Amino acid sequence: MGLHKFALAASAALFAAGAQAEGLKVGMITTLSGGGAGLGIDVRDGFMLAVEQSGRSDLEVVIEDDQRKPDVAVQLADKMIQSEKVDVLTGIIWSNLAMAVVPASVAQGKFYLSPNAGPSPLAGKGCHENYFNVAWQNDNLHEAAGAYANSADLKNSFILAPNYPAGKDALTGYKRFYEGELAGEIYTKLGQTDYASEIAQIRASGADSVYFFLPGGMGISFLKQYADSGVDLPVVGPAFSFDQGILQAVGAAALGVKNTSQWSKDIDNATNTAFVESFEAKYGRLPSLYASQGFDTANLLISAMGKADVADQDAFRSALQAAEFDSTRGDFAFGPNNHPIQDIYVREVVQEGDVFTNKIVSVGLKNHSDAYAADCKM
Amino acid sequence: MSWILLIEQTLNGLQFGVMLFLMAAGLTLIFGVMGLINLAHGSLYMVGAFAAAAVAAATGSFVLALVASLVAAAFAGVLIEVLVIRRLYDRDHLDQVLATFALILIFSEGTRWAFGSFPLFLDRPEYLAGTVTLPFGIEYSKYRLSLIGIGLLVAAGLFWMIMRTRIGIRIRAGENDREMIGALGVDISLLYTLIFALGAALAGFAGALIGAIQSVQVGMGEPVLILAFVVIVIGGIGSIKGALIGAVLVGLTDTLGRFLLPQIFGLVMTPSAATSVGSSLASMSIYILMAGVLLVRPKGLFGGA
Repeated sequence: MGLHKFALAASAALFAAGAQAEGLKVGMITTLSGGGAGLGIDVRDGFMLAVEQSGRSDLEVVIEDDQRKPDVAVQLADKMIQSEKVDVLTGIIWSNLAMAVVPASVAQGKFYLSPNAGPSPLAGKGCHENYFNVAWQNDNLHEAAGAYANSADLKNSFILAPNYPAGKDALTGYKRFYEGELAGEIYTKLGQTDYASEIAQIRASGADSVYFFLPGGMGISFLKQYADSGVDLPVVGPAFSFDQGILQAVGAAALGVKNTSQWSKDIDNATNTAFVESFEAKYGRLPSLYASQGFDTANLLISAMGKADVADQDAFRSALQAAEFDSTRGDFAFGPNNHPIQDIYVREVVQEGDVFTNKIVSVGLKNHSDAYAADCKM
Repeated sequence: MSWILLIEQTLNGLQFGVMLFLMAAGLTLIFGVMGLINLAHGSLYMVGAFAAAAVAAATGSFVLALVASLVAAAFAGVLIEVLVIRRLYDRDHLDQVLATFALILIFSEGTRWAFGSFPLFLDRPEYLAGTVTLPFGIEYSKYRLSLIGIGLLVAAGLFWMIMRTRIGIRIRAGENDREMIGALGVDISLLYTLIFALGAALAGFAGALIGAIQSVQVGMGEPVLILAFVVIVIGGIGSIKGALIGAVLVGLTDTLGRFLLPQIFGLVMTPSAATSVGSSLASMSIYILMAGVLLVRPKGLFGGA
């Protein structure tokens, strides 16, 4: 009897202590309405899938829609920090929103795990010990594309991107690795949907290939119009114009295009296979790279929760930095600026039955870090 | 730069212009006759594109898809006219802007609810794929050439309707004096609904035609709406002729500006600076055009007295 009572009391005490110490609240600010909603929804769905699979009841997630507006994102971050009292923030898709929210949040002692945006200032001079990027630094995929162009013996690229900071980072990233000549370089209007003028210039330029960074609907428009123009040069792009959400809308026009990505659904490891299967079973569609980033972000967080209490910031930070979780990308580690060191693949758009998707053809850059790590002083 | 490239770019500008005209025609009629600022006109463009994509996916026929875009957008137009817009004619423009802005949000989220957040697939028909060779060896997209043809046909039909038919006479009368044609026994509320449906159908038709070479997604109508407003301000509000001339002017200025400005700056600057300055200035070119036109003719090119 005495023993029994003791055990009961002990387990009650343990339970109370557990609930008090290990509970963690995450604030997710992401884009769920408007033109860019597909990306935010994928990140959210990937994240929540991992939370559900972990079965942890002490992990609470608050989700809000930033409408792709920096001012809304800042308000939401304030609300989450002050009234919701979250411990960790995550979710932002766009670099301009990340620049508005991240520095202020980490300065208030919160952790921020980026599932997508990786603007260069936050990787270099503006890095912070509480800011972790689980996706990539913005330049990474473009650098891999530049490296691929060299290996594919492309010597005269025509390159284009929208006229805004991430567009300039993109072409800078490409040129950092690409060794050939440029047949032309165009900055298009952000949100432009008609590319007849640019395609006519590509035709007249004598280029041997085209590299473009046109995320979302801009890429759909460009690819459809390019396929219909009779210009027959090879096209290379980052995964942002070839993700699972976009390919069905582009259709056959994208077949055979090479694109660079840190993730693909055919990366061969058990975590990734299980992720693709369970995502498709739960949501009825194939995951995109954004979904994989959301999934990895949640699993990184859960791995840190297993090792340390978020109240003990130093221990929790080391647990995050160790990155001991099973990534869908296989090997995953953080560099000195808390940005990933990872392989970046070259994929090709293929058709499987009715569905357009990607398959890996080679590794573009192995164990790739970023160009800004040296500027980061933590 | 060669002459061939310049002619090709001019065709591109013309194609862009005639598609803008389809949007601007409805907008200018609705403003001219009813005095209504309809921000939701871009949503009707989106409705047309989504209806076309859905029907094309179900039947595989592009012609049926175009019919669906006309019907769906006209139906949506009638619906919002009867339910919402009708109550706004006597209100001031600020109320109209507020109510039609609300309609944008309702249409956008409603479309997302019905079709999901991911862009839909809509492709040009196989028989319009590829390119044709024009005189002087110019290779040009068959579909874009058809767009120019269709746009000009619609414009001709619209002029015929407004100048030669009874309904056209009433529309013109409505533009001149709304109260008077009501007093003369014309069923003004039916006329308004008809004009609204016509404008909506044209917008939906444009959405379907353009959706086939761009992306069919939520929010696709708003950028076009802004350009359509620029067109009707340049052309003179209420004037169909103004809308046509304004649309072609805007189309040519935008396309040729994007193409020529970086090259012109390239004569005096380094290539990267020229690209950056040229493309920034090209984004502004149509607004500079608008400011220039308004400076000389404050009511637009064909605006009334």
